[in-house]
Amino acid sequence: MQYLPNIIFAVFLIAGVGYFARNINKLIRNIKLGRDVDVSDDKPQRWKNMTRIALGQSKMVVRPIAGFLHIVVYVGFVIINIEVLEIIVDGLFGTHRIGLSILPESVYGFLIGSFEILAVLVLIAVIFFWMRRNVINLKRFKSLKGWPKNDGNIILYFEVVLMCLFLVMNASDSVHVIEATGTTFQALDSGNVISQFIAPLFSGFSDSTISIIERSAWWIHIAGILVFLNYLYYSKHLHILLAFPNVYYGKLTPKGQFNNLESVTNEVKLMMDPNADPFAAPAEGDSEEEPAKFGASDVTDLSTIQLLNAYTCTECGRCTSECPANQTGKKLSPRKIMMDTRDRLVEVGKNIDANNGEFKDDGKQLLNDYITKEELWACTTCNACVEACPVSIDPLSIIMEMRRYLVMEESAAPMELNNMMTNIENNGAPWPYNQQDRLNWVNE
Amino acid sequence: MNGQLKVPTMAEYMAEGKQPEILFWVGSAGSYDDRAKKITKAFVKLLNNANVDFAVLGAEESNTGDVAKRAGNEFLFQMQAFMNIEVLNAYEVKRIVTCDPHSFNCIKNEYPSLGGDYNVIHHTQYIKELIDTGRLSVKGDTYKGKRITFHDPCYLGRANSEFDSPRTVLGKSNATLVEMKKSKNFAMCCGAGGAQMFKDAEPGNKEVNVLRTEQALKTTPDIIATGCPYCNTMMTDGIKAKEKEESVIVLDVAEVIANSL
Repeated sequence: MQYLPNIIFAVFLIAGVGYFARNINKLIRNIKLGRDVDVSDDKPQRWKNMTRIALGQSKMVVRPIAGFLHIVVYVGFVIINIEVLEIIVDGLFGTHRIGLSILPESVYGFLIGSFEILAVLVLIAVIFFWMRRNVINLKRFKSLKGWPKNDGNIILYFEVVLMCLFLVMNASDSVHVIEATGTTFQALDSGNVISQFIAPLFSGFSDSTISIIERSAWWIHIAGILVFLNYLYYSKHLHILLAFPNVYYGKLTPKGQFNNLESVTNEVKLMMDPNADPFAAPAEGDSEEEPAKFGASDVTDLSTIQLLNAYTCTECGRCTSECPANQTGKKLSPRKIMMDTRDRLVEVGKNIDANNGEFKDDGKQLLNDYITKEELWACTTCNACVEACPVSIDPLSIIMEMRRYLVMEESAAPMELNNMMTNIENNGAPWPYNQQDRLNWVNE
Repeated sequence: MNGQLKVPTMAEYMAEGKQPEILFWVGSAGSYDDRAKKITKAFVKLLNNANVDFAVLGAEESNTGDVAKRAGNEFLFQMQAFMNIEVLNAYEVKRIVTCDPHSFNCIKNEYPSLGGDYNVIHHTQYIKELIDTGRLSVKGDTYKGKRITFHDPCYLGRANSEFDSPRTVLGKSNATLVEMKKSKNFAMCCGAGGAQMFKDAEPGNKEVNVLRTEQALKTTPDIIATGCPYCNTMMTDGIKAKEKEESVIVLDVAEVIANSL
């Protein structure tokens, strides 16, 4: 019976981490539904970007208030999680504050003291975040409805609860004697920089009540962390993990450079080669190759990076607030492009799960069922959304792939664009002027 | 000044067995659009003034395919690209300058993997180079004391990180440069990019060019300068929509300098 708490803890931990790992596997499988792209180039630059943009939050601070608050929560989250290590060891081995057996009292006190201060800063930042979402009603948050809106708030509530539990757990730690020091944590008076002011709240309680409070806070805190971990997979909050690979795999070429479709290059070369035999049988080995589909009508036509982009998006809406089309009342919203892509990918993933690993046609696709032509044709390809994204997401590349599908597979460009393209084909200019007149301006 | 412009073609250079130091890619707008042709001529005036050995392709130039690519027609883009690359490579072109940021971006970034590798620069970069090397001197005071705000073309600025050359060049005019709240990396598009120039806008509550013009007017400028024929059209239309034609004009950087020689 003595080991019952340890066993319960181990079961919790394995279940929590295991379920999360299972979902991450699913996420990776879903991302791999996309087309492969070679992103093995220029590793030093990729690491540099990851360090600067993801780790260093360089693009967050472009908007100073949100950027500063975010850095507080980010630093708090990363550093306070060091404490989780101790909690796991204590939980598994039945020790209490094992850190004090390893670290000198002053170092341990410094660490816990820093965690407590950060916890308070995180609480304050989270309150500001909540106000921005619910009271000040910033346009980019106001436009969120339903699950995306709730998701944003749930995460904030999670953080409040976890930070409070952490502080209560420390404040009520005045009964359980620590083996290494022979005192309780509060009696040690090192590291309780904040919790010492909460401790008096419990002064009228009996030792056993205080002990129950401390144990409850401890258990609910670690359970909360495990629940939060598993919540990530269903939430926009995945960015805390995916921002790093996403920035690493972000675009390295100039923003204006759009990829040249290789499948098109092959066909165009064939068309322009006077010696090519249009009726030639495909070369040996080519026969199994599916005829290339130009552009994207569904998530499986997008690249793995674009799908990773979709899972990474935390729906902050900076892209949409910079989008010239959106600012002038058009339907296009780069954030919605990313959210739609993820929603459709999740739907495809569930379909595969439900059909023993095979996708069964559900009569739906990303184009039209999620993203309309009206949205796609409103884009000016100005890259403002790409520039605005703090984690190197490229909504423009998805818009372009879908335009390619519309034009090359469905010939569904707006009429004026068809006229423009016909002109280019016929006379090498978007207007109906004769190519021989290209130099007329000299003598006009 | 029309009669005085010297605009040799690559074919003429070839016939003489010579190579120009740079090819001037005029682009479709610069060749056919009435407003853009004035920019083309202003730039040629600068090239002539600096005694630059340049040539154009003339009737051998064709649309870069940029706008077709942005519209989603990769086929047409690559057809155009291959045709142009064939011509450029046949003339052994090494260096290209253009007044159109879309041609600039397309030839510089999207032609290389199709076999067309050139040193491509935007005309604002080239004007800066001509001034820096002492080949072009800006002495005039036409715009002294005037307020100029520069609208960054997306495909020069954000797309290719060139923010300083046009500003440095404009500074030579002795005008006062004033920045819009949204400038450089965060400049707002004029609304013409991504093939929007050639179609009506989707339903909304405002035209993009009008919003951008309003942002520019907040700096109380005398001149809105830009470096793109399409931006020029959009901002000029914006000024008309705001009924400010009397007090504000839209000029290309090349025109500001050509008027300041």
